[in-house]
Amino acid sequence: MSEKTRFRLFLLFLLGPTIVLVLAVVAYPFFYNVVLSLSNMNIYHIRDWEVIGLQQYAAVAREPAFWSVFLKTIIWTGVNIVFHVGLGVFLAVLLHQKFIRGKSAWRVLLILPWALPQYITALTWRGMFTAEYGAIDIVWRQYLSLPAIEWLTQPGPAFAAAILTNIWLGFPFMMVIALGGLQSIPAELYEAADVDGASEWKKFWNITVPLLRPVMIPAITLGIVWTFNNINVVWLVSNGGEPNDQTHILVSYVYEAAFTMYRFGWAAALSMIIFFILFAFTQVLLKRTKATEAAY
Amino acid sequence: MNASSFDSKRFLGRLGSYMVLLVFALIAVYPVTRILTISLRPGDRLLSTSLALFPDDATLENYRVLLFETPFLRWLFNSILVSLVVTVTGVAFASTAGYALSRFKFAGKGAMLSGLLVTQMFPATMLLLPLYVVLINLQLLNSYLGIIIIYTATALPFCVWQMKGYYDTIPYALEEAARIDGCTPWQAFYKVIFPLAAPALVITALFSFMTAWNEYVVANVVLQDTNLFTLPLGLKLFQGSLTTQWGLYAAGALLVSIPVVLLFLVLSRYLISGLTLGAVKG
Repeated sequence: MSEKTRFRLFLLFLLGPTIVLVLAVVAYPFFYNVVLSLSNMNIYHIRDWEVIGLQQYAAVAREPAFWSVFLKTIIWTGVNIVFHVGLGVFLAVLLHQKFIRGKSAWRVLLILPWALPQYITALTWRGMFTAEYGAIDIVWRQYLSLPAIEWLTQPGPAFAAAILTNIWLGFPFMMVIALGGLQSIPAELYEAADVDGASEWKKFWNITVPLLRPVMIPAITLGIVWTFNNINVVWLVSNGGEPNDQTHILVSYVYEAAFTMYRFGWAAALSMIIFFILFAFTQVLLKRTKATEAAY
Repeated sequence: MNASSFDSKRFLGRLGSYMVLLVFALIAVYPVTRILTISLRPGDRLLSTSLALFPDDATLENYRVLLFETPFLRWLFNSILVSLVVTVTGVAFASTAGYALSRFKFAGKGAMLSGLLVTQMFPATMLLLPLYVVLINLQLLNSYLGIIIIYTATALPFCVWQMKGYYDTIPYALEEAARIDGCTPWQAFYKVIFPLAAPALVITALFSFMTAWNEYVVANVVLQDTNLFTLPLGLKLFQGSLTTQWGLYAAGALLVSIPVVLLFLVLSRYLISGLTLGAVKG
C-alpha cells in the first residue's frame, strides 16, 4: 500500500463516522425538509402527498398570526439579549474590581442559573408564577402590595413571564464571557487613565467597552441565534402557548403546527423561513464585524 | 478633610458593589431554594403561601413516594442509558473528526467546517419534522435508536469545533517526533495527542451528556410510551394540566439537577476557557 492510500484510509477512518452521521441526520433531513416545504403533506396526506410548488410559503405569509408571532419573536430576542448583555457586563465589571473578596464563590453563585437544566428552570418558574401559591405572586401582592396579576392566564403577562425566566437563565453566560474579556485588558491602561484623572464612567466607555467588543460580538451573535431558536423556555413556561396560543415565538409556533396540528408541508415551509432569517442575519452581522476588525 | 471625604466615597462605592452582587446572587439562588422547600412539604400542605426555606413540618415523604411509587427510577435508568451512549459516541466521533480537521489538508475541509456552523441556525423543527416522518415510515417511533442518533448529531457540531480548536494549540512537532520514533499516524494520534487533549475531551463529554440529559422537545415527539420516558418527559408528567404534583416534581427536579449542576460548576473553568479560545480564534 502506498503512503498516499494509507493516508487516505487514515483520513477516512477519522472523518468517516462523523460524515456518515451528519449526512444521515443533518443533510438528508435538510433536503427532505425542502421537499416537504414544497408539498401538501399533512395528517390527511401522510403517504399520498405530492409536490405543489411554493403554495405553502404563500400560505405562511398570508396567515395573520405569522406576522404577530414574528413580531413577538423579535421582541423576545431583543429584550432577552439586551438584558443578558447588560446584566452580564454589569456584573462582570462589578466582580472584576480589585477589592472584591471571594471572587470564585460569587462566580459560582451567579452562574447557577446557567448550570441548572433549562427545562427544570422553565417548569420551576412556571410554578413560581402560579396565581396565589406561586412565590412571585406572593412577593408581588403581599410584600410589594402591587395589584394581583394573573401571570399565566393572560397573554401579555404570560409572555412577560417567559421573558423573565429566560433573562434569569441567560445572563450568566454573557457575564462569564465578559469576565474572560476583562481579564485580557491590561491594567496599565486604567492606571494611565487614573493619572490623567479620568472618571470611572469615562474609563468604562473609553477603555472597557471598546476592548470588550471583540470578545462580546461572537458571543452576542451566538446568543441571538440561540435565543431566537430557544423553544424550551417559551414552550414549557407557557405550557405550549397558553393562554390560547398567544405566547408563541416562531420556533414554538412551528413546533405546534408540526406536532399538534400535523400541518407538515406548512411547518416545513415555516422552518425554512426561520432558517433563512437567521442565516441572512448572521451573514450580515459577521460581514459588518469583519469590516470593523479590519479598521482597527 | 479632602482625604476623608474621598475615603468615605470609596467605602460607599465598595459597599454598593457588594450589595448589588448580593442581590443578584440571591436572585440566582432563590428558585433553587424554592425547589428544595416545596420538595420537603408534606402532601397536604403543598398549596401553602409560606415563603420559609424549611417548612415547619418538613418531611422526606415526597422523596419516598417518588422513588418507590412512581416510575422515577425507570426514567432515571433510561436517561442514564441514553446519555451515556450519546457521550461515548460523541467523544469518539468528535475527537477523531476534530483531529483530522485540525491537522490535515483535504478537499472540502472549509465547506465541512462552515457546514457544521450553519447547522446551529436550524430551528428545532427543521430536522425534527423530516426525521419524524422518516421514523414513522420506518416504525422507529418509541425507540431509543432514533433519539440517540438525533442527540449525537445535535451535539456533534459544537464538539467537533471545540476539539479542533484545542488540537490547533498542540504543536505539530509532537507528532513528528512520535513518527520519527516509529509510531504509525494512528499511534501518534492515539498515544501522544489524544491524552494531551484531555481538557477538551472533558468538555466534549460534558456537553454531549448535558445535551441528552436535559433534552425535552425531541423526546416529547419521539417517545410516547411512559415506560420509555427520559427524565425531562417524566418530570413534565407531574405537571398535569389539571392537578400538579408539586411535591413529586420538586423532589425529582432536585435529584436530577444536583449531579449535573455540581459537574457543571466544577468543570465550568474549562468550559469558559474553551469558549473564549474559540471566540479568539474566530
